[in-house]
Amino acid sequence: MLKVNDLTVNYGVIAAVRGIDLNVKAGTIVTLIGANGAGKTSTLNAIVNSVKKSGSVIFDGIDISKMATHKIVKHGLSLVPEGRKIFINLTVEENLRMGAFNNDEDFESLRNLVYEKFPRLKQKINQAGGTLSGGEQQMLAIGRALMSKPRMLMLDEPSLGLAPKIISEVFEIITELKSDIPILLVEQNAFAALKIADYGYVLENGSISLHDAAKNLLGNDEVRAKYLGG
Amino acid sequence: MNLDIFLQQLVNGASLGSMYALIAIGYTMVYGVLRLINFAHGDIMMVGAFLTFFAMQSGIPFEAALIIGIAGAAIIGILTDKIAYKPLREAPKISLLITAIGISFFLENLFTVLFGSTPKAFKAPEYLTKIFHLGNIYLPISVIIIPTVTLLILAIVLWILYKTKYGMAIRALAFDIQTVKLMGIDADKIIMIVFIIGSSLAAIGGVFYAVSYPSIDPLMGIIVGLKAFAAAVLGGIGSVGGAVVGGFILGFTEIFVVAMFPELGGYKDAFAFFFLILVLLFKPTGIMGQDLERGRF
Repeated sequence: MLKVNDLTVNYGVIAAVRGIDLNVKAGTIVTLIGANGAGKTSTLNAIVNSVKKSGSVIFDGIDISKMATHKIVKHGLSLVPEGRKIFINLTVEENLRMGAFNNDEDFESLRNLVYEKFPRLKQKINQAGGTLSGGEQQMLAIGRALMSKPRMLMLDEPSLGLAPKIISEVFEIITELKSDIPILLVEQNAFAALKIADYGYVLENGSISLHDAAKNLLGNDEVRAKYLGG
Repeated sequence: MNLDIFLQQLVNGASLGSMYALIAIGYTMVYGVLRLINFAHGDIMMVGAFLTFFAMQSGIPFEAALIIGIAGAAIIGILTDKIAYKPLREAPKISLLITAIGISFFLENLFTVLFGSTPKAFKAPEYLTKIFHLGNIYLPISVIIIPTVTLLILAIVLWILYKTKYGMAIRALAFDIQTVKLMGIDADKIIMIVFIIGSSLAAIGGVFYAVSYPSIDPLMGIIVGLKAFAAAVLGGIGSVGGAVVGGFILGFTEIFVVAMFPELGGYKDAFAFFFLILVLLFKPTGIMGQDLERGRF
Protein backbone atom coordinates (compact mmCIF):
# COMPACT_ATOMS: atom_id res chain seq x y z
CA MET A 1 0.00 0.00 0.00
CA LEU A 2 2.74 2.42 1.00
CA LYS A 3 6.37 2.01 -0.06
CA VAL A 4 8.98 4.45 1.15
CA ASN A 5 12.44 4.32 -0.37
CA ASP A 6 15.62 6.04 0.77
CA LEU A 7 13.71 8.83 2.53
CA THR A 8 15.98 11.63 3.75
CA VAL A 9 15.06 14.80 5.62
CA ASN A 10 17.53 17.55 6.45
CA TYR A 11 16.87 20.66 8.52
CA GLY A 12 19.74 22.88 7.43
CA VAL A 13 22.88 20.93 8.32
CA ILE A 14 21.06 18.60 10.68
CA ALA A 15 20.01 15.25 9.27
CA ALA A 16 16.69 14.21 10.83
CA VAL A 17 16.02 11.15 8.66
CA ARG A 18 18.90 9.38 6.90
CA GLY A 19 17.66 7.35 3.98
CA ILE A 20 15.09 4.96 5.45
CA ASP A 21 12.91 2.33 3.75
CA LEU A 22 9.42 1.50 4.99
CA ASN A 23 6.68 -0.75 3.74
CA VAL A 24 3.05 -0.87 4.84
CA LYS A 25 0.91 -3.71 3.48
CA ALA A 26 -2.86 -3.57 3.09
CA GLY A 27 -4.80 -4.82 6.12
CA THR A 28 -1.97 -4.31 8.60
CA ILE A 29 -0.88 -1.94 11.33
CA VAL A 30 2.77 -1.01 11.04
CA THR A 31 4.42 0.90 13.82
CA LEU A 32 7.45 3.13 13.81
CA ILE A 33 8.90 3.37 17.29
CA GLY A 34 11.87 5.23 18.66
CA ALA A 35 13.04 7.73 21.22
CA ASN A 36 12.23 11.42 21.23
CA GLY A 37 14.00 13.11 18.33
CA ALA A 38 14.72 9.89 16.45
CA GLY A 39 12.99 11.30 13.36
CA LYS A 40 9.54 9.71 13.62
CA THR A 41 7.47 12.85 13.10
CA SER A 42 9.83 14.06 10.36
CA THR A 43 9.26 10.78 8.54
CA LEU A 44 5.48 11.22 8.54
CA ASN A 45 5.68 14.91 7.61
CA ALA A 46 8.02 14.02 4.76
CA ILE A 47 5.65 11.36 3.43
CA VAL A 48 2.88 13.98 3.07
CA ASN A 49 5.37 16.63 1.87
CA SER A 50 4.91 18.96 4.83
CA VAL A 51 8.71 19.18 5.03
CA LYS A 52 11.35 19.09 2.29
CA LYS A 53 12.69 15.62 1.58
CA SER A 54 14.44 13.42 -0.91
CA GLY A 55 13.65 9.81 -1.71
CA SER A 56 10.60 8.19 -3.17
CA VAL A 57 7.14 7.51 -1.74
CA ILE A 58 4.79 5.21 -3.63
CA PHE A 59 1.21 5.09 -2.39
CA ASP A 60 -1.14 2.54 -3.91
CA GLY A 61 1.02 2.26 -6.99
CA ILE A 62 1.31 6.00 -7.57
CA ASP A 63 4.41 8.11 -6.98
CA ILE A 64 3.42 10.83 -4.50
CA SER A 65 6.96 12.03 -3.78
CA LYS A 66 6.42 15.41 -5.42
CA MET A 67 2.69 15.82 -4.83
CA ALA A 68 1.36 18.80 -2.84
CA THR A 69 0.16 17.92 0.67
CA HIS A 70 -3.53 18.58 0.00
CA LYS A 71 -3.42 16.42 -3.12
CA ILE A 72 -1.84 13.52 -1.25
CA VAL A 73 -4.68 13.70 1.26
CA LYS A 74 -7.26 13.92 -1.54
CA HIS A 75 -5.59 10.85 -2.96
CA GLY A 76 -6.47 8.85 0.15
CA LEU A 77 -3.49 9.08 2.50
CA SER A 78 -4.44 10.89 5.69
CA LEU A 79 -2.26 12.00 8.61
CA VAL A 80 -3.43 12.62 12.17
CA PRO A 81 -0.71 15.06 13.23
CA GLU A 82 1.27 15.08 16.44
CA GLY A 83 -0.48 17.12 19.14
CA ARG A 84 -3.82 16.45 17.38
CA LYS A 85 -3.99 19.99 15.91
CA ILE A 86 -7.72 20.33 16.38
CA PHE A 87 -9.04 23.65 15.05
CA ILE A 88 -9.71 24.95 18.54
CA ASN A 89 -11.75 27.91 17.26
CA LEU A 90 -14.08 25.68 15.26
CA THR A 91 -16.83 23.52 16.75
CA VAL A 92 -16.60 19.72 16.80
CA GLU A 93 -18.98 19.52 13.86
CA GLU A 94 -17.06 22.19 11.92
CA ASN A 95 -13.82 20.28 12.51
CA LEU A 96 -15.44 17.22 10.97
CA ARG A 97 -16.75 19.36 8.12
CA MET A 98 -13.18 20.43 7.39
CA GLY A 99 -12.11 16.80 7.29
CA ALA A 100 -14.79 16.17 4.65
CA PHE A 101 -13.89 19.27 2.64
CA ASN A 102 -13.70 17.29 -0.59
CA ASN A 103 -16.59 14.93 0.25
CA ASP A 104 -19.58 17.24 0.43
CA GLU A 105 -22.13 14.65 -0.55
CA ASP A 106 -20.91 12.07 1.98
CA PHE A 107 -20.54 14.49 4.87
CA GLU A 108 -23.62 13.44 6.78
CA SER A 109 -23.18 9.70 6.46
CA LEU A 110 -19.46 9.95 7.34
CA ARG A 111 -20.23 12.18 10.29
CA ASN A 112 -22.81 9.74 11.61
CA LEU A 113 -20.24 6.96 11.35
CA VAL A 114 -17.74 9.03 13.33
CA TYR A 115 -20.34 9.79 16.01
CA GLU A 116 -21.13 6.11 16.16
CA LYS A 117 -17.48 5.28 16.69
CA PHE A 118 -16.98 8.15 19.15
CA PRO A 119 -20.27 8.66 21.01
CA ARG A 120 -18.54 11.13 23.31
CA LEU A 121 -18.13 13.59 20.44
CA LYS A 122 -21.82 13.48 19.62
CA GLN A 123 -22.69 15.13 22.91
CA LYS A 124 -20.41 18.05 22.08
CA ILE A 125 -21.10 18.80 18.43
CA ASN A 126 -21.51 22.53 18.94
CA GLN A 127 -18.68 22.96 21.41
CA ALA A 128 -15.45 24.63 20.33
CA GLY A 129 -12.68 22.09 19.68
CA GLY A 130 -10.47 23.87 22.21
CA THR A 131 -12.83 23.05 25.07
CA LEU A 132 -12.49 19.27 24.65
CA SER A 133 -10.30 17.11 26.87
CA GLY A 134 -7.11 15.63 25.46
CA GLY A 135 -8.70 12.25 24.82
CA GLU A 136 -11.73 13.78 23.13
CA GLN A 137 -9.44 15.90 20.97
CA GLN A 138 -7.55 12.80 19.90
CA MET A 139 -10.83 11.10 19.00
CA LEU A 140 -11.90 14.19 17.07
CA ALA A 141 -8.56 14.25 15.26
CA ILE A 142 -8.95 10.61 14.21
CA GLY A 143 -12.60 11.17 13.31
CA ARG A 144 -11.68 14.25 11.30
CA ALA A 145 -9.09 12.26 9.36
CA LEU A 146 -11.65 9.52 8.66
CA MET A 147 -13.98 12.14 7.15
CA SER A 148 -11.78 12.27 4.07
CA LYS A 149 -12.50 8.57 3.43
CA PRO A 150 -8.80 7.71 3.54
CA ARG A 151 -7.48 4.48 2.06
CA MET A 152 -4.64 4.59 4.56
CA LEU A 153 -4.15 6.38 7.85
CA MET A 154 -1.00 7.62 9.54
CA LEU A 155 -1.13 8.48 13.23
CA ASP A 156 1.53 10.56 14.95
CA GLU A 157 1.82 9.86 18.70
CA PRO A 158 -1.89 9.37 19.42
CA SER A 159 -1.10 8.51 23.05
CA LEU A 160 0.79 11.74 23.73
CA GLY A 161 -0.30 13.34 26.99
CA LEU A 162 -3.27 11.03 27.58
CA ALA A 163 -4.23 9.14 30.73
CA PRO A 164 -3.57 5.35 30.57
CA LYS A 165 -7.28 4.51 30.50
CA ILE A 166 -7.85 6.85 27.55
CA ILE A 167 -4.78 5.47 25.78
CA SER A 168 -6.19 1.96 25.80
CA GLU A 169 -9.51 3.32 24.54
CA VAL A 170 -7.77 5.10 21.63
CA PHE A 171 -5.67 2.04 20.80
CA GLU A 172 -8.76 -0.14 20.79
CA ILE A 173 -10.28 2.17 18.18
CA ILE A 174 -7.10 2.03 16.11
CA THR A 175 -7.22 -1.77 16.16
CA GLU A 176 -10.83 -1.71 14.98
CA LEU A 177 -9.87 0.52 12.06
CA LYS A 178 -7.30 -1.95 10.78
CA SER A 179 -9.83 -4.18 9.03
CA ASP A 180 -10.88 -1.24 6.81
CA ILE A 181 -7.68 0.67 6.28
CA PRO A 182 -3.99 -0.01 6.82
CA ILE A 183 -2.32 2.13 9.47
CA LEU A 184 1.16 3.52 9.98
CA LEU A 185 1.42 4.27 13.68
CA VAL A 186 4.22 6.38 15.11
CA GLU A 187 4.61 5.96 18.85
CA GLN A 188 6.90 6.65 21.74
CA ASN A 189 4.76 4.31 23.77
CA ALA A 190 6.48 1.31 22.16
CA PHE A 191 4.82 -1.36 24.25
CA ALA A 192 1.26 -0.29 23.48
CA ALA A 193 2.10 0.19 19.81
CA LEU A 194 3.82 -3.17 19.32
CA LYS A 195 0.94 -4.94 21.06
CA ILE A 196 -1.56 -3.90 18.39
CA ALA A 197 0.82 -3.78 15.41
CA ASP A 198 1.64 -6.51 12.89
CA TYR A 199 5.04 -5.20 11.98
CA GLY A 200 7.46 -2.74 13.56
CA TYR A 201 10.37 -0.53 12.63
CA VAL A 202 12.77 0.86 15.20
CA LEU A 203 14.10 4.30 14.36
CA GLU A 204 17.35 5.44 15.93
CA ASN A 205 19.02 8.75 15.07
CA GLY A 206 17.22 8.93 11.76
CA SER A 207 18.03 5.39 10.65
CA ILE A 208 16.13 2.13 10.91
CA SER A 209 18.14 0.05 13.35
CA LEU A 210 15.81 -2.94 13.39
CA HIS A 211 12.61 -4.16 11.80
CA ASP A 212 10.65 -7.33 12.32
CA ALA A 213 7.21 -8.72 13.07
CA ALA A 214 5.81 -6.84 16.06
CA LYS A 215 5.64 -9.91 18.31
CA ASN A 216 9.31 -10.66 17.62
CA LEU A 217 10.25 -7.09 18.51
CA LEU A 218 8.30 -7.41 21.76
CA GLY A 219 10.47 -10.38 22.59
CA ASN A 220 13.72 -8.84 21.36
CA ASP A 221 16.17 -8.19 24.22
CA GLU A 222 17.61 -5.02 22.74
CA VAL A 223 14.17 -3.52 22.12
CA ARG A 224 13.05 -4.55 25.60
CA ALA A 225 16.05 -2.87 27.18
CA LYS A 226 15.85 0.32 25.19
CA TYR A 227 12.15 0.96 24.69
CA LEU A 228 10.11 -1.29 26.91
CA GLY A 229 11.75 -0.51 30.23
CA GLY A 230 13.59 -3.84 30.62
CA MET B 1 -25.43 70.97 20.02
CA ASN B 2 -29.17 70.52 19.58
CA LEU B 3 -30.88 67.25 18.78
CA ASP B 4 -31.18 67.95 15.06
CA ILE B 5 -27.47 68.55 14.65
CA PHE B 6 -26.73 65.56 16.83
CA LEU B 7 -28.83 63.27 14.66
CA GLN B 8 -27.36 64.73 11.52
CA GLN B 9 -23.84 64.07 12.76
CA LEU B 10 -24.82 60.61 13.95
CA VAL B 11 -25.86 59.65 10.44
CA ASN B 12 -22.73 61.22 8.97
CA GLY B 13 -20.63 59.27 11.46
CA ALA B 14 -22.36 56.03 10.54
CA SER B 15 -21.67 56.71 6.89
CA LEU B 16 -17.98 57.49 7.41
CA GLY B 17 -17.67 54.56 9.80
CA SER B 18 -19.15 52.26 7.17
CA MET B 19 -16.34 53.09 4.75
CA TYR B 20 -13.70 52.44 7.40
CA ALA B 21 -15.46 49.20 8.35
CA LEU B 22 -15.62 47.90 4.78
CA ILE B 23 -11.92 48.53 4.27
CA ALA B 24 -10.98 47.28 7.74
CA ILE B 25 -12.57 43.87 7.06
CA GLY B 26 -9.99 43.27 4.33
CA TYR B 27 -7.10 44.18 6.61
CA THR B 28 -8.34 41.92 9.36
CA MET B 29 -9.09 38.91 7.13
CA VAL B 30 -5.75 39.00 5.32
CA TYR B 31 -4.02 39.38 8.66
CA GLY B 32 -5.96 36.38 9.93
CA VAL B 33 -4.75 34.02 7.22
CA LEU B 34 -1.29 35.41 6.38
CA ARG B 35 -0.31 37.34 9.54
CA LEU B 36 0.38 40.19 7.14
CA ILE B 37 -0.58 43.85 7.47
CA ASN B 38 -1.42 44.30 3.81
CA PHE B 39 -0.29 47.88 3.34
CA ALA B 40 -1.39 47.76 -0.28
CA HIS B 41 -5.00 47.31 0.82
CA GLY B 42 -5.78 51.05 0.87
CA ASP B 43 -4.49 51.26 -2.68
CA ILE B 44 -6.72 48.40 -3.77
CA MET B 45 -9.57 50.58 -2.58
CA MET B 46 -8.22 53.40 -4.77
CA VAL B 47 -8.01 51.03 -7.74
CA GLY B 48 -11.66 50.05 -7.23
CA ALA B 49 -12.75 53.69 -7.16
CA PHE B 50 -10.70 54.54 -10.26
CA LEU B 51 -11.98 51.62 -12.30
CA THR B 52 -15.55 52.52 -11.39
CA PHE B 53 -14.83 56.12 -12.38
CA PHE B 54 -13.39 55.14 -15.77
CA ALA B 55 -16.20 52.71 -16.46
CA MET B 56 -18.71 55.49 -15.79
CA GLN B 57 -16.80 57.87 -18.02
CA SER B 58 -17.09 55.44 -20.89
CA GLY B 59 -20.83 55.63 -20.50
CA ILE B 60 -21.52 52.57 -18.37
CA PRO B 61 -24.24 53.19 -15.75
CA PHE B 62 -23.12 53.56 -12.12
CA GLU B 63 -24.35 50.17 -10.90
CA ALA B 64 -22.59 48.23 -13.66
CA ALA B 65 -19.49 50.41 -13.28
CA LEU B 66 -19.42 49.56 -9.58
CA ILE B 67 -19.41 45.87 -10.43
CA ILE B 68 -16.53 46.43 -12.86
CA GLY B 69 -14.67 48.30 -10.11
CA ILE B 70 -15.26 45.46 -7.64
CA ALA B 71 -14.16 42.81 -10.13
CA GLY B 72 -11.08 44.82 -11.11
CA ALA B 73 -10.06 45.35 -7.50
CA ALA B 74 -10.57 41.63 -6.80
CA ILE B 75 -8.33 40.73 -9.75
CA ILE B 76 -5.62 43.16 -8.60
CA GLY B 77 -5.96 41.65 -5.11
CA ILE B 78 -5.52 38.11 -6.46
CA LEU B 79 -2.55 39.16 -8.62
CA THR B 80 -0.84 40.88 -5.67
CA ASP B 81 -1.13 37.69 -3.70
CA LYS B 82 0.00 35.38 -6.50
CA ILE B 83 2.88 37.52 -7.74
CA ALA B 84 4.14 39.25 -4.61
CA TYR B 85 3.02 37.36 -1.50
CA LYS B 86 2.78 33.72 -2.52
CA PRO B 87 6.51 33.27 -3.24
CA LEU B 88 7.11 34.49 0.33
CA ARG B 89 4.83 32.06 2.21
CA GLU B 90 7.78 30.45 3.97
CA ALA B 91 9.82 33.65 4.29
CA PRO B 92 10.06 35.74 7.47
CA LYS B 93 6.99 37.93 7.97
CA ILE B 94 9.08 41.10 7.72
CA SER B 95 9.86 40.32 4.05
CA LEU B 96 6.14 40.04 3.40
CA LEU B 97 5.47 43.36 5.11
CA ILE B 98 8.14 45.18 3.11
CA THR B 99 6.77 43.64 -0.09
CA ALA B 100 3.29 44.93 0.81
CA ILE B 101 4.69 48.45 1.24
CA GLY B 102 6.41 48.07 -2.13
CA ILE B 103 3.13 47.06 -3.80
CA SER B 104 1.48 50.05 -2.19
CA PHE B 105 4.09 52.46 -3.65
CA PHE B 106 3.87 50.69 -6.98
CA LEU B 107 0.09 51.08 -7.30
CA GLU B 108 0.13 54.71 -6.13
CA ASN B 109 2.85 55.69 -8.57
CA LEU B 110 1.50 53.62 -11.44
CA PHE B 111 -1.85 55.37 -11.20
CA THR B 112 -0.18 58.77 -10.81
CA VAL B 113 1.90 58.20 -13.94
CA LEU B 114 -1.03 56.85 -15.93
CA PHE B 115 -3.76 59.24 -14.86
CA GLY B 116 -2.05 62.22 -13.22
CA SER B 117 -2.20 63.34 -9.62
CA THR B 118 -4.96 65.92 -10.06
CA PRO B 119 -8.10 64.86 -8.20
CA LYS B 120 -10.93 63.86 -10.50
CA ALA B 121 -14.51 64.83 -9.79
CA PHE B 122 -16.65 61.76 -9.17
CA LYS B 123 -20.18 62.25 -10.45
CA ALA B 124 -22.40 59.94 -8.46
CA PRO B 125 -25.90 59.23 -9.79
CA GLU B 126 -28.49 61.71 -8.65
CA TYR B 127 -30.50 59.29 -6.55
CA LEU B 128 -27.49 58.94 -4.23
CA THR B 129 -26.68 62.62 -3.84
CA LYS B 130 -30.22 63.98 -3.66
CA ILE B 131 -30.80 65.92 -0.45
CA PHE B 132 -33.81 64.98 1.61
CA HIS B 133 -34.99 66.41 4.89
CA LEU B 134 -36.56 64.99 7.98
CA GLY B 135 -37.78 67.83 10.16
CA ASN B 136 -34.78 70.11 10.34
CA ILE B 137 -32.23 67.52 9.27
CA TYR B 138 -30.91 67.79 5.73
CA LEU B 139 -29.01 64.81 4.38
CA PRO B 140 -27.94 63.30 1.07
CA ILE B 141 -29.57 59.92 0.61
CA SER B 142 -26.16 58.30 0.37
CA VAL B 143 -25.59 58.63 4.14
CA ILE B 144 -28.56 56.32 4.69
CA ILE B 145 -27.74 53.93 1.86
CA ILE B 146 -24.07 53.51 2.75
CA PRO B 147 -24.56 52.17 6.31
CA THR B 148 -27.48 50.01 5.18
CA VAL B 149 -25.49 48.40 2.40
CA THR B 150 -22.53 47.98 4.75
CA LEU B 151 -24.58 46.08 7.32
CA LEU B 152 -25.99 43.90 4.56
CA ILE B 153 -22.47 43.12 3.32
CA LEU B 154 -21.35 42.36 6.86
CA ALA B 155 -24.20 39.88 7.20
CA ILE B 156 -23.09 38.19 3.97
CA VAL B 157 -19.46 38.02 5.08
CA LEU B 158 -20.43 36.50 8.43
CA TRP B 159 -22.68 34.02 6.65
CA ILE B 160 -19.76 32.97 4.43
CA LEU B 161 -17.40 32.67 7.41
CA TYR B 162 -19.72 30.68 9.64
CA LYS B 163 -22.05 28.78 7.33
CA THR B 164 -19.99 27.74 4.30
CA LYS B 165 -17.13 25.28 4.16
CA TYR B 166 -14.92 27.91 2.53
CA GLY B 167 -15.60 30.28 5.40
CA MET B 168 -14.83 27.57 7.93
CA ALA B 169 -11.58 26.92 6.08
CA ILE B 170 -10.74 30.64 6.30
CA ARG B 171 -11.28 30.49 10.06
CA ALA B 172 -9.30 27.26 10.31
CA LEU B 173 -6.48 28.79 8.29
CA ALA B 174 -6.24 31.62 10.79
CA PHE B 175 -5.35 28.93 13.30
CA ASP B 176 -3.03 26.59 11.44
CA ILE B 177 -2.11 26.42 7.75
CA GLN B 178 -0.33 23.03 7.89
CA THR B 179 -3.33 21.28 9.39
CA VAL B 180 -5.65 22.88 6.84
CA LYS B 181 -3.55 21.27 4.11
CA LEU B 182 -3.87 17.93 5.92
CA MET B 183 -7.62 18.20 5.42
CA GLY B 184 -7.03 17.97 1.66
CA ILE B 185 -7.68 21.70 1.33
CA ASP B 186 -5.74 23.82 -1.15
CA ALA B 187 -4.67 26.57 1.26
CA ASP B 188 -3.64 28.90 -1.58
CA LYS B 189 -7.16 28.75 -2.96
CA ILE B 190 -8.59 29.72 0.44
CA ILE B 191 -6.12 32.61 0.67
CA MET B 192 -7.24 33.68 -2.79
CA ILE B 193 -10.85 33.75 -1.60
CA VAL B 194 -9.80 35.99 1.28
CA PHE B 195 -8.17 38.41 -1.16
CA ILE B 196 -11.29 38.38 -3.34
CA ILE B 197 -13.56 39.21 -0.39
CA GLY B 198 -11.21 41.82 1.08
CA SER B 199 -10.51 43.57 -2.23
CA SER B 200 -14.18 43.60 -3.25
CA LEU B 201 -15.19 45.22 0.02
CA ALA B 202 -12.35 47.73 -0.29
CA ALA B 203 -13.59 48.67 -3.76
CA ILE B 204 -17.10 49.21 -2.41
CA GLY B 205 -15.65 51.32 0.41
CA GLY B 206 -13.64 53.30 -2.14
CA VAL B 207 -16.67 54.01 -4.27
CA PHE B 208 -18.66 55.06 -1.20
CA TYR B 209 -15.81 57.41 -0.37
CA ALA B 210 -15.82 58.78 -3.91
CA VAL B 211 -19.59 59.30 -3.76
CA SER B 212 -19.35 61.15 -0.44
CA TYR B 213 -16.41 63.45 -1.11
CA PRO B 214 -16.85 63.43 -4.31
CA SER B 215 -13.42 63.21 -5.85
CA ILE B 216 -10.72 60.61 -6.32
CA ASP B 217 -6.94 60.73 -6.69
CA PRO B 218 -4.18 58.10 -6.80
CA LEU B 219 -3.14 58.79 -3.19
CA MET B 220 -6.64 58.64 -1.70
CA GLY B 221 -5.95 55.17 -0.30
CA ILE B 222 -3.10 56.22 1.96
CA ILE B 223 -4.80 58.05 4.79
CA VAL B 224 -8.15 56.24 4.49
CA GLY B 225 -6.26 52.94 4.40
CA LEU B 226 -4.24 53.85 7.47
CA LYS B 227 -7.37 54.84 9.36
CA ALA B 228 -9.16 51.65 8.33
CA PHE B 229 -6.09 49.76 9.53
CA ALA B 230 -6.34 51.65 12.83
CA ALA B 231 -10.00 50.62 12.96
CA ALA B 232 -9.08 46.97 12.44
CA VAL B 233 -6.51 47.06 15.24
CA LEU B 234 -8.86 49.04 17.47
CA GLY B 235 -11.58 46.42 17.03
CA GLY B 236 -9.11 43.57 17.44
CA ILE B 237 -7.21 42.46 14.37
CA GLY B 238 -8.30 39.05 13.13
CA SER B 239 -11.91 39.67 14.11
CA VAL B 240 -14.37 40.69 11.38
CA GLY B 241 -16.91 41.91 13.93
CA GLY B 242 -14.13 43.88 15.58
CA ALA B 243 -13.19 45.55 12.30
CA VAL B 244 -16.76 46.76 11.90
CA VAL B 245 -17.01 47.98 15.49
CA GLY B 246 -13.64 49.71 15.16
CA GLY B 247 -14.68 51.32 11.88
CA PHE B 248 -17.86 52.75 13.33
CA ILE B 249 -16.13 54.00 16.49
CA LEU B 250 -13.59 55.80 14.37
CA GLY B 251 -16.25 57.26 12.08
CA PHE B 252 -18.37 58.57 14.94
CA THR B 253 -15.37 59.98 16.82
CA GLU B 254 -14.03 61.81 13.82
CA ILE B 255 -17.38 63.40 12.97
CA PHE B 256 -18.28 64.34 16.52
CA VAL B 257 -14.90 65.77 17.42
CA VAL B 258 -15.10 68.08 14.44
CA ALA B 259 -18.73 68.97 15.18
CA MET B 260 -18.13 69.75 18.82
CA PHE B 261 -14.71 71.34 18.55
CA PRO B 262 -14.57 72.91 15.10
CA GLU B 263 -11.25 74.51 15.97
CA LEU B 264 -9.74 71.01 16.21
CA GLY B 265 -10.98 70.14 12.72
CA GLY B 266 -7.47 70.26 11.31
CA TYR B 267 -6.43 67.48 13.68
CA LYS B 268 -9.27 65.12 12.84
CA ASP B 269 -6.99 62.56 11.21
CA ALA B 270 -4.88 62.46 14.36
CA PHE B 271 -7.86 61.37 16.46
CA ALA B 272 -8.00 57.96 14.85
CA PHE B 273 -4.48 57.25 15.97
CA PHE B 274 -4.91 58.89 19.37
CA PHE B 275 -7.86 56.61 19.95
CA LEU B 276 -5.91 53.62 18.75
CA ILE B 277 -3.06 54.31 21.18
CA LEU B 278 -5.51 54.79 24.03
CA VAL B 279 -7.31 51.49 23.46
CA LEU B 280 -4.10 49.55 22.93
CA LEU B 281 -2.72 50.87 26.22
CA PHE B 282 -5.60 49.25 28.10
CA LYS B 283 -6.47 46.33 25.84
CA PRO B 284 -3.57 45.36 23.59
CA THR B 285 -5.67 42.81 21.67
CA GLY B 286 -8.25 45.46 20.70
CA ILE B 287 -11.91 45.62 21.65
CA MET B 288 -13.08 42.26 20.30
CA GLY B 289 -9.72 40.69 19.66
CA GLN B 290 -8.40 37.63 21.37
CA ASP B 291 -5.03 36.06 21.58
CA LEU B 292 -4.24 35.69 17.90
CA GLU B 293 -2.51 32.38 18.28
CA ARG B 294 -5.97 31.10 19.05
CA GLY B 295 -6.91 32.23 15.55
CA ARG B 296 -10.23 33.84 16.27
CA PHE B 297 -12.32 35.37 13.54
